[in-house]
Amino acid sequence: MIEVERAGRSFTHRRKAGVLRRERHVVHAVRDLTFSVAPGEFVGYLGPNGAGKSTTIKMLTGILTPTTGRVRVAGLDPSRRRTALARRIGVVFGQRTTLWWDLPLRDSFELVRHLYNVDQGDFRRRLAELEELLDLGSFLHIPVRQLSLGQRMRGDLAAALLHAPSVLVLDEPTIGLDVVSKAALRAFLRELNAERGTTVLLTTHDLGDVERLCSRVMVIDHGRLSFDGTLGDLRATAPEESSIEDVVARLYTGGG
Amino acid sequence: MLLAWTWMRASYQYPLSAAMMTVASFVVNALDIAAIWVIFAHVERLGGFSLPEVMLLYGTAGLSFGLADLLFGNVDRLSGHIRSGSFDTVLIRPVSPFVQVAVDRFSVQRFGRVLQAAVVLALAVPQLDLTASRAWMVPVMIVCGFAIFVSVFTLGAALQFLLTDAPEVANAFTYGGNQLTQYPLSIYGGELVRGVTFVLPLAFVNWQPALFVLDRDDPLGLPHWLRFASPLAALLLGLVAAAAWRAGIRRYRSTGS
Repeated sequence: MIEVERAGRSFTHRRKAGVLRRERHVVHAVRDLTFSVAPGEFVGYLGPNGAGKSTTIKMLTGILTPTTGRVRVAGLDPSRRRTALARRIGVVFGQRTTLWWDLPLRDSFELVRHLYNVDQGDFRRRLAELEELLDLGSFLHIPVRQLSLGQRMRGDLAAALLHAPSVLVLDEPTIGLDVVSKAALRAFLRELNAERGTTVLLTTHDLGDVERLCSRVMVIDHGRLSFDGTLGDLRATAPEESSIEDVVARLYTGGG
Repeated sequence: MLLAWTWMRASYQYPLSAAMMTVASFVVNALDIAAIWVIFAHVERLGGFSLPEVMLLYGTAGLSFGLADLLFGNVDRLSGHIRSGSFDTVLIRPVSPFVQVAVDRFSVQRFGRVLQAAVVLALAVPQLDLTASRAWMVPVMIVCGFAIFVSVFTLGAALQFLLTDAPEVANAFTYGGNQLTQYPLSIYGGELVRGVTFVLPLAFVNWQPALFVLDRDDPLGLPHWLRFASPLAALLLGLVAAAAWRAGIRRYRSTGS
């Protein structure tokens, strides 16, 4: 479903090195990254801040063009076939809404329906389903800017799923949510993965997400994968009885 | 299309403000033509052209630019989208990012300019007694001018992928280009005219085809065939603009997080 082969992305900055002189300074956000995700997997993608998680997500969704290597999502090259890919994947950014700030949630969904050319019947059926599962009913008529973070997040998630994508990419979906909202979101994602077989890739700093959801964990550090395996494998990298936080901290700091 | 409609609806949530903006846009543009009338109150000819002839130039330039600005002028807000990070959202939708940026906060107020230019053109044409064998060029030049201005807007937007903090640079060529083409190019220096003929082909918006419509010799003595070259110029500039836009998207760096 997702194939990444030796992909890399670097950014060039120019730094002042004198009155007029500028020094080129290349930062490799991601380098030589290789992994693949099979249909139906639920993968947690971890890494410290600045490790390259978001850059990877942006390469997978076609927002950024990789400087080296090859990326395939649902059989397509994301940066070249961006609009075709958009119909097959759903993307949610925890830190940024993809909805229209001034429009009521219901109107935002209607716009999404038109953007993705979703058939009216399918749209009604899916919206009714999502409305129930995500409990959207009470705030469908409220403009997005007035929603609470938890409500907005559920709205964003519903919007990303209206076109029934086969892959769902989530960038820190639980950031800033309270325990109840988190639990509801996790239950929904687990069901989506189990019932529909939707492939999910999720980045997070919340290890509870990983423990409760992910069948597989990948850890990126300094732009390279430093771990790829099951949750059990991950635990096995550290002495017994360490908490999952300790295990991950060891990986991030280069120990273990 | 639907996005555009939604933005229109959103702006008419404040009907008074929208109406005032439309009127203001009409008045500001009417001042442009007032300036031309003031000039002609003092002189017979401007750069060798009479008032109705200058009104033809003004009207065709205004119509081309007004339509381009109405439909695609919003692409000059690209740097705002890039800086706020909302361009990421644009890129994950299955619709061309160019179209999405163009219709974002679509505003009909800009229709004021189109209307005003159409009025000026409608006043000018009957005074020129054009024959059909020359008048056919008028719609052609409006279409080509529209395509050229859309390309200039696109080039300006593509530039913003590189210079995210300088949308004004592009304005010099879009709004500046509109101002420039409102007058006969013969009032400007030869260097400038050659620049807008062979580098950024603004002369093909209305100047060169208007020489044909009015059956005039080129005051600068440029070759005769150039006056038929507007479609070619529009096509070439369009291709360059499309390539620049694509290159810009490939270079897009997104924001942190």
